Amino acid sequence: MTSGVIRRSVTAWAAVAFATFGTAAWGNPEPNQLNMTKGVSEWSPYALHMVGLWVCVAIGILVFGAMFIAMFRFRKSRGAVAEKWTHSTKLEIVWTVVPVIILIVLARLATGGLTSFADTTGSEMTIKVTGYQWKWRYDYVDYKGKAVEQVGFVSRLEESSDRTRQLKSNLDPEKIKVDGYNTYLLDVDKPLVVPIHTKIRFVIVGGDVIHSWWVPALGWKMDAIPGIANAAWTNIKEPGVYRGQCAELCGQDHGFMPIVVKAVPKAEFEQWLATQQEEAKAAKAQQTAQTAPAPANQG
Amino acid sequence: MAHAATHDHHDHHGAPQSFIQRWLLSTNHKDIGTLYLIFSLTMFFIGGAFAMVIRAELFKPGMQLVQPYFFNEMTTMHALVMIFGAIMPAFVGLANWMVPLMVGAPDMALPRMNNLSFWILPFAFIMLLSTLFMPGGGPAGGWTMYPPLSLQGESVAYVIFAIHLMGISSIMGAINIIATILNMRAPGMDLLKMPVFVWSWLITAFLLIAVMPVLAGAVTMLLTDKYFGTNFFNAAGGGDPVLYQHIFWFFGHPEVYIMILPAFGIISEIIPTFSRKPIFGYRAMVFAIASIAFLSFIVWAHHMFAVGLPMGAEMFFMYATMLIAVPTGVKVFNWVSTMWGGSMTFETPMLFSIAFVILFTIGGFSGLMLALAPADFQYHDTYFVVAHFHYVLVTGAAFSIMAAAYYWLPKWSGNMYSETWGKIHFWSSVISVNVLFFPQHFLGLAGMPRRIPDYNVAFANFNMISSIGGFWFGASQLIFLGVIIHCVYFAKKKAADRSWEGAKGLEWTVPSPAPHHTFDVPPVIHDDELAHGHTDH
Ligand code: HEM
Ligand SMILES: [Cu+2]
Ligand SMILES: [Cu+2]
Repeated sequence: MTSGVIRRSVTAWAAVAFATFGTAAWGNPEPNQLNMTKGVSEWSPYALHMVGLWVCVAIGILVFGAMFIAMFRFRKSRGAVAEKWTHSTKLEIVWTVVPVIILIVLARLATGGLTSFADTTGSEMTIKVTGYQWKWRYDYVDYKGKAVEQVGFVSRLEESSDRTRQLKSNLDPEKIKVDGYNTYLLDVDKPLVVPIHTKIRFVIVGGDVIHSWWVPALGWKMDAIPGIANAAWTNIKEPGVYRGQCAELCGQDHGFMPIVVKAVPKAEFEQWLATQQEEAKAAKAQQTAQTAPAPANQG
Repeated sequence: MAHAATHDHHDHHGAPQSFIQRWLLSTNHKDIGTLYLIFSLTMFFIGGAFAMVIRAELFKPGMQLVQPYFFNEMTTMHALVMIFGAIMPAFVGLANWMVPLMVGAPDMALPRMNNLSFWILPFAFIMLLSTLFMPGGGPAGGWTMYPPLSLQGESVAYVIFAIHLMGISSIMGAINIIATILNMRAPGMDLLKMPVFVWSWLITAFLLIAVMPVLAGAVTMLLTDKYFGTNFFNAAGGGDPVLYQHIFWFFGHPEVYIMILPAFGIISEIIPTFSRKPIFGYRAMVFAIASIAFLSFIVWAHHMFAVGLPMGAEMFFMYATMLIAVPTGVKVFNWVSTMWGGSMTFETPMLFSIAFVILFTIGGFSGLMLALAPADFQYHDTYFVVAHFHYVLVTGAAFSIMAAAYYWLPKWSGNMYSETWGKIHFWSSVISVNVLFFPQHFLGLAGMPRRIPDYNVAFANFNMISSIGGFWFGASQLIFLGVIIHCVYFAKKKAADRSWEGAKGLEWTVPSPAPHHTFDVPPVIHDDELAHGHTDH
C-alpha cells in the first residue's frame, strides 16, 4: 500500500486478517483460496479490502445478532405480546449518524488509494499493452529515459492449454503444470518480462473490442478500450511469475487470453532487453536485405 | 354469478366467460396481474434453465458441454430473461393485483393500456428467445451490450427491437401505476397512510419513466452504429465506446433499484403482519426509499471504475455510492426494530422475508466493499461481483417475490397453500442459494473473472460446490411451482378474508378470493384498519 495512512491504520486489522485467513502472500490463485492476494507491488488495495470486510463483519454481527435475539425472545409461541411503539428518534439518529462516520473513515482510506494509484509520475519505464481478440500485444516503449527500439511481441494462450480446452478434448486440465503449479489457462507462449524495483507505467489500449488487463498480484485491472489510452502503474517488489486473465467480456475466447508477467532482477531484465533488441535488429536487417521496407514493429 | 367461474379460476365474481375475452381482451387488474405473474414464473424457469447450462459447464475445469460462444449466449440471455422477463414483470403483476386493492380503487386508472402493456411482453420475449435458433445465434455480448463487442453479433436488430418493446411495456405500466395511485385512492387514503408497498411502487414508477427512454436511446444508437453508418461508439469514426457505458449505466443503476424498491415495499408489509406490530418508522421508510431513488441517479459510474475515469470522477462516484448505504441501512434497522418487541410467528412469507433481510444485507455489504474504488480495481468483473448481485437480486428481489406470492396467494386463490410444503420450499431454497452463491465471493477474490466458460483448476472446488448448489436451488423451485398449483386447484383449506392474524390493510377487507370487481363503491376508511393509519408522529 502506498498510502501511509492506510498502512498505519490497518496494521492491526491486517494482523487479525492473517490469523483468520492464513497467509495471503501468494500472487497467483491457489486451490481453495478464500481471500484476495496481498499482491507483490508497492500499491495494493488489500488493506483497504480487509478494513471494508471487517467493518461489514462487525455491522453484520450487530444487526444479525439483534435479529436472532428478536426472533428468539419475541415469538408468539413463547407468549410474547406485541408492543405498540413505532418510533424512536434517538435510535434513528444513532443509526444514521454512526454509519455516516464509518463511511467517512472508509472514504478517507479509499481516497488515499485512489490518489496514489492515479500518480504515474516518476516512472522509469513504459510498456504499451494492446488487447486483441484473443491475445495481448506488448510493446516496450522506453526504459530509464531511453526509447526502446523494436521490442514488441504478441502473447497468447500456450499450446497445451489450448488443446485441452477444446470442447470434449478429453485431455486433463490437472496435467498442465509448471514447477508443480497448475497453469491451465494461465500460461502463455511468451510472457511479459519486467524488472523488479522499477516503477513501470503501462499504457493500455484496445485493438478491436474492449478488454481488461488484470494481474491480481499487481492489485488492479484496467480496461483496454479502442481509441483510449489508459494509464496505470506498478512497482514489483518480488521476482516471480504472476498470472492473470482478461477481465472484460471480449467474445468467444475471452476466457482464453491469459496474462503472464515475469518479474526479474534489473540486471537480468537489462540483459533480456538487450537480447531482444539484438534479435529485432537482426530480423530487421534480414528483412530489408530480402524485401522492401520493413513494417514497423511498434504496433 | 356462480356459473361465471371459468376452468382457470373459481369464483371470480362477474368474470367474462370466454377464455379469449377473459384473458386476451382483459382489462381487469386482477386478471392482468395474474397474467403478469404467470408470465414471470415462466420466464423464471426459462432463465433458470439457461443458468443450469452455465453451472453445468462450470461444474469442473475443461469444456464438456457447450462451445464458448454458446456459453456467452447463455450468460447474456440468462440475465436479460431474468431481469426483464422474471423480476420486473413479477413486480408489475403484484402492483396490478395489489395496488388497487390497497388504495381502495376499483381498477387501474387505464385498464386498456394495462392490457396492452402486458400483451406486448410475450411478443418481445418470443422475438428475443427466437434469436437462439437463428443462424449466427443470439446475443452473446453480455446483458450490458457494450460496443464494439455487441455490434459483432448477428442478432442485434432483434434484440434491440425486443428491448424497445419491453421498454414501452414498462413505461406504460409505470404511467398506469402512477395514475392509479395519484388519482384513484379512496377518500381518506392519504398519501402518508398508503402501504409502504404502494409508496415503493409510486417511486419505482417514476424511476422507470425516467430511465427506460435512456436505455432506448442507448440501444438505438447501437442500432444506427451497426446498420446506418453512425459512429456514436466507434472510435475509428471519432466516437467513444465509453459513452455507451455512461448512457447504459445511467439507466442501469436506477434499473437495479427498480428491481429492489418494490421488494422493500413487500417486506415492509409482511414483517409487521407476522410481528403483529406496526412498521417501525413509517415515514423514515418512505423517505429512505425516496432518497435511495434519488441517489441512484448519481452513482452510475461505480460500474466503470476500471474504464480509466479521471480521478475526480472516481472520487465523486465512490462517495455518492457509499452514501446509498445510509438509507439502505435505515431500512434494515427499521425492519429489525419492527420485529423487536413483536409477537412473531414464522409462516412461509415471514421466513422468506427474514431471509431477505439477512441475505439482502449481505449483498449490501459486498456492495459497500465494491463501492471502494481502489478495492474495486480488484473486484470488478470477477465472481465477487457475481456473488454481490445475486445476493441482492435472488435472495433480495426474487425472495421478496416468493414472500409476496405466499403472502397474497390466499387472497388471490381463496385457498391456503400447504404450509408444510411452503416451508420445505423455503428451507431448501435458502440453504441451496447460499451453497450456490457464497463460494462465488471466494472465487472472485482468488482471481476468477466473470463470464468465462472454463477456468484454472485452482478454482475447481468452489465452482463444483456452487454448481451443486445451483442444481439444488433450481430443483427447489419446482416445489414452488407444485405448491402454487396445489393451492390454486386442489387445496381444501379455504382462506379467511383476513388470511393472516396480524394482517392490516384494505386488501384484507375484501373476500378471499378477491371477487372480479372490488371497491365499486369506495370503501370507508377506518384508520385502525390500515397498517399505517396513525401517522400522528
Ligand atoms: C448498498 C447498496 C449497493 C451498493 C453500494 C452497490 C454497489 C455496486 C457496485 C459498486 C457495483 C459494480 C461492481 C463492479 O462491476 O465492479 C455493483 C454491481 C451490481 N449491483 Fe450493486 N450495489 C448495491 C445494491 C444493489 C442492489 C439493491 C441491486 C439490485 C437489486 C444491485 C445490483 C447490482 C448488479 C446487477 C450489478 C452488476 C451489474 C453488471 O455488471 O452486470 N446492487 N453494485
Ligand atoms: Cu476478454
Ligand atoms: Cu450500480
